[in-house]
Amino acid sequence: MGALMAPSAPISACPACAAAPSAQQVAQAALRDARITLSLPTIHCAACIDTVETTLNALPEVTEARVNLSLKRVQVKGEAGAERLIAALAAAGFEAQELDEGTIAATRTDRAGRDLLMRLAVAGFASMNVMLLSVAVWSGATDATRDLFHWISAAITLPAIAFAARPFFANAWAALSVRRLNMDVPIVLAILLALGTSLWETALSGAHAYFDAALTLTFFLLAGRYLDHRTRAIARSAAEELAALEVPRALRLRDGVEETVPVGDLVPGDLLRVRPGARMPVDGVIAEGASEIDRSLLTGETLPVPAAPGQEVSAGEVNLTGPLVVRATAVGADTALHRMADLVAIAESGRAQYTPLADRAAKLYAPGVHVLSALAFAGWYLGTGDLRVALNIAAAVLIITCPCALGLAVPAVTTAASGRLFRRGLLVKHETALERLAQVDTVVFDKTGTLTEGAPQPCDLSVLRPEQRPLVLALAEASAHPLAQSLAAALRGCGVIPAAVADLREIPGHGTEGQWQGQRLRLGRAGWAGPDVAEGETHLTATWFQPGQGVPLALQFTDRLRRGAAQAVTDLQAAGKRVILLSGDRVPVVQALAAELGITDWQAAALPEEKAARITALQAAGARVLMVGDGLNDTAALRSAHASISPATALDAARVAADVVLLGGDLAPIPKALITATRATIRIRENFRIATVYNLVAVPLAVAGLATPLIAALAMSASSVTVSLNALRLR
Amino acid sequence: MDVLVWLIPVSLLLGGVGLVAFVYTVRSNQYDDPDGDSQRVLSDQWDAHPKP
Repeated sequence: MGALMAPSAPISACPACAAAPSAQQVAQAALRDARITLSLPTIHCAACIDTVETTLNALPEVTEARVNLSLKRVQVKGEAGAERLIAALAAAGFEAQELDEGTIAATRTDRAGRDLLMRLAVAGFASMNVMLLSVAVWSGATDATRDLFHWISAAITLPAIAFAARPFFANAWAALSVRRLNMDVPIVLAILLALGTSLWETALSGAHAYFDAALTLTFFLLAGRYLDHRTRAIARSAAEELAALEVPRALRLRDGVEETVPVGDLVPGDLLRVRPGARMPVDGVIAEGASEIDRSLLTGETLPVPAAPGQEVSAGEVNLTGPLVVRATAVGADTALHRMADLVAIAESGRAQYTPLADRAAKLYAPGVHVLSALAFAGWYLGTGDLRVALNIAAAVLIITCPCALGLAVPAVTTAASGRLFRRGLLVKHETALERLAQVDTVVFDKTGTLTEGAPQPCDLSVLRPEQRPLVLALAEASAHPLAQSLAAALRGCGVIPAAVADLREIPGHGTEGQWQGQRLRLGRAGWAGPDVAEGETHLTATWFQPGQGVPLALQFTDRLRRGAAQAVTDLQAAGKRVILLSGDRVPVVQALAAELGITDWQAAALPEEKAARITALQAAGARVLMVGDGLNDTAALRSAHASISPATALDAARVAADVVLLGGDLAPIPKALITATRATIRIRENFRIATVYNLVAVPLAVAGLATPLIAALAMSASSVTVSLNALRLR
Repeated sequence: MDVLVWLIPVSLLLGGVGLVAFVYTVRSNQYDDPDGDSQRVLSDQWDAHPKP
């Protein structure tokens, strides 16, 4: 490490720096503190932690490496570049990917969660102490001893509540200031009334004080809030990790020299080099080069589009065969991709119109409790003429109808259900997603990239004679085109060894050619290697092989089904859901797929607006639609559906729009997710019923003036524990 | 009952120590990686000498 500290080449050439080297030290310190976060998807045990940390710490540029196993990440401080770290880890047998530091920085320290945890700890500490003192009172302390205990309780409770219950005070105030009622209003009223009457009673050396009730109420409610927060924090950090995997960098050409810059620094007019296999970082016009472009994520069409100078490209499209130079016309937030993502963000507010079960319960509950408490107060005041007794009973009613069972009813269940789904590879992003999933009766699938993998596979290699296979393999391996790559993989899988074809070269936008025993071989587009057939006319995607003088052969490709797709469709249909296939791809392709999966209701060549319109029409007819899709052409449909699922391979815009992200490549968990969601909703309703039954028993006791602090504490804890245990039954 | 004069402050103090300890652990990021911490126990890398 000492070597790093020694001044090397001066960073600044100014003479003052020689006299005052602090600026240089500061600059080097900033360099050493540069952090790189890598995702380590395969890490799982103590040995892995050791290996990763030892490997990275052995590099001289690394100052510190620390693995976080819960998040499956390693954070590295030092000057090493990400490529070097990834290479070192690959040599040690670990797959690693760089995460975008800017995107994940927001979740590194979970401030809100930490804040809730502190409040929870204070409420727990205070309630345990006060409970100890209360037990002494309940077991028969009298007179001065009881008063002393009450005063000590008050001294603990007041500051503890002031700190711990602040989120409830803030929420209740926010709701009241816009003249609405939410669950926090009765909570705050119950806490304040309990504290007020308890202080009053203590001052008058009365027998009953509810300090412990106010504290346990706060404790249970904070527990519910914390559960709720944890669930969403996990989903958010996983979702951000997905976004951070695409490190947004671009190759800018300045005076003919390439430099790597963050996408945020680009301006319109910049010349960018886009290598084969890379995604377009900006909207622009092709300035140089010929290639093919994969637009499947944007439009849903599986066939690559030829690209030539002068043609417009959009951010998010993938350059396939040749290097391109693109002149940027729109960057960052102005690109078509971003505008679509923004549209989706605006549409999110539309989804907020759905009222969650908890809010519907609160709307019934809050006024009911207040009216009941006011009636008890009025009744007892009129009956006895004693203001103190009447106020005491009103407070007891508010405390014993304690909303903590209600406050725990939803978070306990959603935490359990989201955890189960997360282990199956489904990430629940939206707080009401489970409730909405449970209501789904129609499932709409997109084709490319959702039901299929979006990568074509050769369907029949037997058209090639055995002696032709090594030639085709040699040609295919010379190209980075997805069709050639999958052809090469398939041939290698059959044990074919490539032939020694000479003069192999790739002609961007056309294919590869080479020389073999004096003959010219070609593998590529129809018009170039084979007969002049317009590609749109063929039923399947095809590439042509011209074996010298012979007749050109068509090698047909089909888009392979995603794992679990057939299973998912069958299960959904068996569960009585209506399954619809909506695709932007050509009719014959969609028809074949629909027939294979047994989907009778399908529509091909659907424009993005048509997809969204179809879903809106279905919903208007009373259906609750679940949209499953991955492309930019699906985002409008994803957001207009009642609930939506998007695979992790989808574009960022689609993942933002979706309620649930499918982490694995497997579609089979979707029907199971619907079942889990239905069960979760049943449990939530059950929990509300438990809370109601318990109130039916407890409230008459309170109104009759029989609820002592002991009974209140017992009843309250019993209901909260029952509700939490019921949530754990979710299997 | 004189013993209460001692016991109550002592119990509050002990509880308070626990609370302060908890706040310290939260502030020093000790709950950031529960899975990793439970696995690191099994590592014998720093058994013979403490981590520098």
